[in-house]
Amino acid sequence: MSTSTPVNTNGTKASNAAKPSKAGAVADWADSRLGLATAMKKNLRKVFPDHWSFMLGEIALWSFVVLLLTGTFLTLWYRPSMGETVYHGSFQQLNGLEMSEAYSSTLNISFDVRAGLLMRQMHHWAAMLFIAGMMVHLLRVYFTGAFRKPRELNWVIGCLLLLLGTLEGFTGYSLPDDLLSGTGIRAADGFIKSMPVVGTYISFFLFGGEFPGDSIIPRLYTVHVLLIPGVLLGLIAAHMLLLVYHKHTQWPGPGRTNENVVGYPMLPVYAAKAGGFFFIVFGVTALLGGFLSINPIWRYGPYNPSEVTAGSQPDWYMGWPDGLLRIMPGWESNFWGVTIGWNVLVPIIIMPGVMFTILLMLPFIESWITGDKRDHHLLQRPRNAPTRTALMVALMTFYGISWMAGGNDIIAIVFHLSINSITYFNRVAVFLGPIIAFIITRRWCISLQRHDNETLLHGYETGVIMRDASGGYTEKHLPLPVADQYTLTARDRDEIYQIESATDENGVQAPGTRKERLRASLSSWWYRNNQQKPTRAELEAAHHHAADEAAHDAPLVGQRADGHQFDGRHGTEGDDLAHHKD
Amino acid sequence: MSIDHEQRTGSELVAAEPDPVPDPGMEEHLPRPTDVDPIAERRAERQVATLFGLSVLFTLGFCVAYFAIKIKGRTDPPHIFGWGASNVALGGCLGIALLLIGTGAILWARKLMGDHEIMEMRHPARSSDEDREEALSALSLGTEESGIARRPLIRNSMLAAMGALGLPAIVALRDLGPLPGKKLFHTVWTEDMPIVQDVTGTKIKASDMQVGQLVNAEPGVFYDAFTPPGGGTTVEVPEGVTAQEDRAKAAIVVVRMDPDAITPAKGRADWGVNGILVFSKICTHVGCPISLWEQQTHHLLCPCHQSTFDLADNGKVIFGPAGHALPQLPIKVDEDGYLVAQSDFTEPVGPSFWERG
Repeated sequence: MSTSTPVNTNGTKASNAAKPSKAGAVADWADSRLGLATAMKKNLRKVFPDHWSFMLGEIALWSFVVLLLTGTFLTLWYRPSMGETVYHGSFQQLNGLEMSEAYSSTLNISFDVRAGLLMRQMHHWAAMLFIAGMMVHLLRVYFTGAFRKPRELNWVIGCLLLLLGTLEGFTGYSLPDDLLSGTGIRAADGFIKSMPVVGTYISFFLFGGEFPGDSIIPRLYTVHVLLIPGVLLGLIAAHMLLLVYHKHTQWPGPGRTNENVVGYPMLPVYAAKAGGFFFIVFGVTALLGGFLSINPIWRYGPYNPSEVTAGSQPDWYMGWPDGLLRIMPGWESNFWGVTIGWNVLVPIIIMPGVMFTILLMLPFIESWITGDKRDHHLLQRPRNAPTRTALMVALMTFYGISWMAGGNDIIAIVFHLSINSITYFNRVAVFLGPIIAFIITRRWCISLQRHDNETLLHGYETGVIMRDASGGYTEKHLPLPVADQYTLTARDRDEIYQIESATDENGVQAPGTRKERLRASLSSWWYRNNQQKPTRAELEAAHHHAADEAAHDAPLVGQRADGHQFDGRHGTEGDDLAHHKD
Repeated sequence: MSIDHEQRTGSELVAAEPDPVPDPGMEEHLPRPTDVDPIAERRAERQVATLFGLSVLFTLGFCVAYFAIKIKGRTDPPHIFGWGASNVALGGCLGIALLLIGTGAILWARKLMGDHEIMEMRHPARSSDEDREEALSALSLGTEESGIARRPLIRNSMLAAMGALGLPAIVALRDLGPLPGKKLFHTVWTEDMPIVQDVTGTKIKASDMQVGQLVNAEPGVFYDAFTPPGGGTTVEVPEGVTAQEDRAKAAIVVVRMDPDAITPAKGRADWGVNGILVFSKICTHVGCPISLWEQQTHHLLCPCHQSTFDLADNGKVIFGPAGHALPQLPIKVDEDGYLVAQSDFTEPVGPSFWERG
């Protein structure tokens, strides 16, 4: 079907094309100067495939727009200054207290600017949605193999967006200069100081002297409202452009191949759906901001470097490195007159970098191991890439346990457990958990693959139990609809990477052979035990067998019973079951 | 079912084998009720218009709530079920107005807009071979005409000039802050400086401390200018930024324990007064102020990352991620029996850093 063919809609009357319209004149004016029609003819009816999971990235995109709107509102009243002032606003409990202008203006936004508290809370909720949306979108892309060639660079851009989004969240969280966020900045100062050689210098440059100084809030403000949002905007634009250029991936199915894309056109369907979804995300944020209190900074009080509250915690997306910080043993080395605090350096400086690098490299690691250099536009079900799926589940388990460790004090209080036992448990679990999760997930995926093949070869379980004349019981299986059979088999067979030849014609070892051998054995490990789809011959044989079975079952068909026909509890006349025919 | 895939070489197989199940092609389009039933169609049209219309009402509701509900003033602003009325009304109206627009648009798309799936062919992301060749020849022509390859003198000097521009970018940031120097090694504590309660600023009499008690304290100079009793320069009360920086390092906890329970390290026997010891309040892990005190076990717990220090054993770390003991401040009493410092801390307070040694 061509994209240019108009489709039937419910428009009752066609517009009168003969009459020159005002809109037409405007369009002519614009196109004569911008040549818009060339770009529009290609893109207005651009096809996007439909699936609920393709909406997850949109959550992140639209919450970013909400962040820009609400954030701009907040800048009109917020004062990024650590200058001291005495508070005389509407919030009585802090009246007459000395505090920074940043904190005082945040109180002002919360209590004296109408809709100010709403915008503050919407901004914070949208930030949570932004980061959560990016994470869930990342998982969707990874689990379905959408990161494969030609989309690896868009994966890299996405990872950068997640990293920058996290930093943007941390800088924004620090701006109110309340006791909780100030404690966060102080901890950040401790992290920076743990860096070998340059730590104290970076700390003094960042804070304009010793902690806390009077520069950090204005500097974080510039980073938060100018630097990072600018880069985020550019990267989001690049992310979207590449999406349009590559065209969206799609699930395999009847008529949906690696060479085409099937779905609804940009105009009108996606314009309405995606545009509508923007309002849904915006509306949900407004309801969250209206009904659910978030970051009530007036309860924490102004920052005071000699105070802290119990249960101090960062926002949830910073929870996992904070958890690693809590479970790391207190190792510190002193030698040659210098100190290295491994207890801080490893969990908070090195580990986030390592995790981010692993995330960034995942597409390249996989394609190197598998040797797969083809273009992929069809998504894979997670079960059909067991090692990949298991790898991400292992990483998620590591993340989850670290994150849980970040709330060890809360867990101890809520569940009446010893904080020490929780910490010792997590120290072990953070290593063992991912390994166990990897093994279970891989086996689980392979079982699901076996199940798919079972269903293809022997049909699906109908839940109808048949008893034959000799008293044997069988469950009736029926073949899947052809479309489902096609969808289940529309996947590639796994190809294990083979070394061309270990030696050249003279028997001399070819250069790079050791690396190639490693690659071949990793590839064979990657695909080990994977189930391949049945061949056409196997399917035909199985269907032939099924026909025999059906012949065997034929006399029984239609003789249904619900178990009560013969116990005298009710008659069988007019019984749906008794009269039902297949 | 298991297939020994190792015996098949992949690409041959792909070429040789037909799809196990032939592609049945795109599903037939099934009409929706709104496609065939004019009544359903008009109903859907009314539904969408109603949603958009209601949205206008809620937007107006937002404007009314903005002006009608007070938030300022000394008396309690109005509440709805314990929530601030203004915030709930504004957020509720705005949220519902937006959700109605979103729902209307999506309903419109699903029920009334064309729902025929269409198909586009994909094109490879790579450029065609001709395009690549053309691009390469244009590039080499440009390079050739610039002479950048033939004139290494120009190329190298240009690269040097551009590279040198990186220096001002770094140098110009030098004034971001002063160099650390020895600042992290000192606090405002000096000999004879009074130890005072934080918040109130009153001096602490040794005889008033109970066994098991913990007092959050600060140097007296935060409240009154300090002149050493033996004479010397007067230290003024720090103000503004300096006050915050000093407070960030000089905060202490004063605890009194049973003297028999204390096992002072070598050289620390005379650092306390009748079981009263003073430790830095700044955690040696990442710098949170600590004061969760378990008086029976003499343990001090940091609320941030749960490092635990034994104050009866020289502030040693007994649990958690901290790397070294809490620094102890040597103290004595003045002639009136009030606690004063013997000197500054003998080591840097707070988290570890490279030069700490």
